[in-house]
Amino acid sequence: MAGQATFRIWRGDPAGGKFQDYVTPVDEGMVVLDAVHRIQAQQAFDLAVRWNCKAGKCGSCSAEINGMPKLMCMTRLNNLNLDMPVILEPMHTFPVIRDLVTDVSWNFRAKKTIKEFRPRSPDLPDGTWHMQQADVERVQEFRKCIECFLCQDVCHVLREHHKHDEFIGPRLLVHVAALEMHPLDVEDRVSDLRQKHNIGYCNITTCCRKVCPESITITENAIIPLKERVVDQFFDPLKQLFHII
Amino acid sequence: MAGPQVVWKGGSFGQTSRRDAWWFSPSAVLIGLSIFVVYSTWAALQNSHYTFGPYISPFYSPELFGDSPHALFGPKPGWYPSFLPFSPALFILWIPGLFRLTCYYYRGAYYKSFWADPPACAVSEPRKSYLGERRFPLILQNFHRYFLRLSYPVWGFLAYDAVMSFRFPDGFGIGIGSLILVVNVVLLGGYVFGCHAFRHLVGGTLDRISEHPVRHKLYDCVSCLNAAHRRWAWASLFWVGFSDVYIRLCSMGVWHDWRIF
Repeated sequence: MAGQATFRIWRGDPAGGKFQDYVTPVDEGMVVLDAVHRIQAQQAFDLAVRWNCKAGKCGSCSAEINGMPKLMCMTRLNNLNLDMPVILEPMHTFPVIRDLVTDVSWNFRAKKTIKEFRPRSPDLPDGTWHMQQADVERVQEFRKCIECFLCQDVCHVLREHHKHDEFIGPRLLVHVAALEMHPLDVEDRVSDLRQKHNIGYCNITTCCRKVCPESITITENAIIPLKERVVDQFFDPLKQLFHII
Repeated sequence: MAGPQVVWKGGSFGQTSRRDAWWFSPSAVLIGLSIFVVYSTWAALQNSHYTFGPYISPFYSPELFGDSPHALFGPKPGWYPSFLPFSPALFILWIPGLFRLTCYYYRGAYYKSFWADPPACAVSEPRKSYLGERRFPLILQNFHRYFLRLSYPVWGFLAYDAVMSFRFPDGFGIGIGSLILVVNVVLLGGYVFGCHAFRHLVGGTLDRISEHPVRHKLYDCVSCLNAAHRRWAWASLFWVGFSDVYIRLCSMGVWHDWRIF
């Protein structure tokens, strides 16, 4: 694959910006973040890019590569068409700080609006609990989340309709699912899901699941089960009355 | 809580930096669902050629009222309004129709294909207002599980039809149509019993599922089917339509139903 490739990188700040082309040599095994670092080192010393682990575990280098939200460190160049410029943009759903760096702090503020973990009384006198592996398996999937916020970026409710003040987005719905389905938790978040966090805005595009670098089955294992819990409480008197399936 | 100020706002319809054929999947869904809706509506209104020997079209089963020997309660009832077109399918087809219409998989698919909401992931939409499933009419999608419950007996009748399709006037036999109806029941079963709502009802609602070993086992089985829900949905949609086509063409004398046994 050795040769060179063109990277069309969005350069700008909160006031706006434009694309700028950089041609740089590329080698076998490189990922997009490697190319960005090479451009930063050799051509654009002031290019802003956030990164940390280079192993797909810190969730720092989230960006949009050829229009799709991805981690730059996990996107190999041999999987891209290098005959055309590779388009790199910051995440559209969040405010730009500079170039490829966005301010994702809204996610942490929104997270604080979710009721915290509240365990039942301890099972044993020493203040501990018993849990079965089968019961925690479901929520363990959600613990894989690295908070890269690519799912928030691709969610059209936030990206296109800017409902940040009404809707918490897929990442935080996964967080709610992790708490709500926990075998020890006794807190009730279902009313909040409907009225405060507006889970009804989700129209199941499955885009969040498609972009998740940790392959969390966000839609099917987190959001839809939460929607079903809302149905249990607000739309299904038959189940409440007769416990029918 | 105030939302953040972002740079990207007001993109025009279809605006995206994506380089792949993002339009292909929603277009294929649009074409596939349109063909099925047009054909099934036409077939449901025909009120003819829906049975052949021991076979009955799944669009018409269970036949509550009708002229065929499969009718459970005899011919067209006297109370049926004369100004409405009559067909046995009209009594029953709304159940699987609304079940599919409110299905989580189909919702995600047709919101993209028919309403461009969004057209595809990370592609700009034609409208800037958005209500989602919070308000009428889409809040009615929350009644999906009612159509699921109505679908259990419909599936049961189709299973009965599949068994009866082996009973020919000269005794037990196996026709191509028998096999088609068996495959139809298997595919519809995979779709109905792999439904997200069914998965929730059998075990998803339990946070300590280990205390319910039978429901735990059932939940695992349904989860297995649910993982391929999209494939079950399309396979069963195609096959239920094909089953009707097969019986219709056999009944019209266009196709011959081969007897294997």
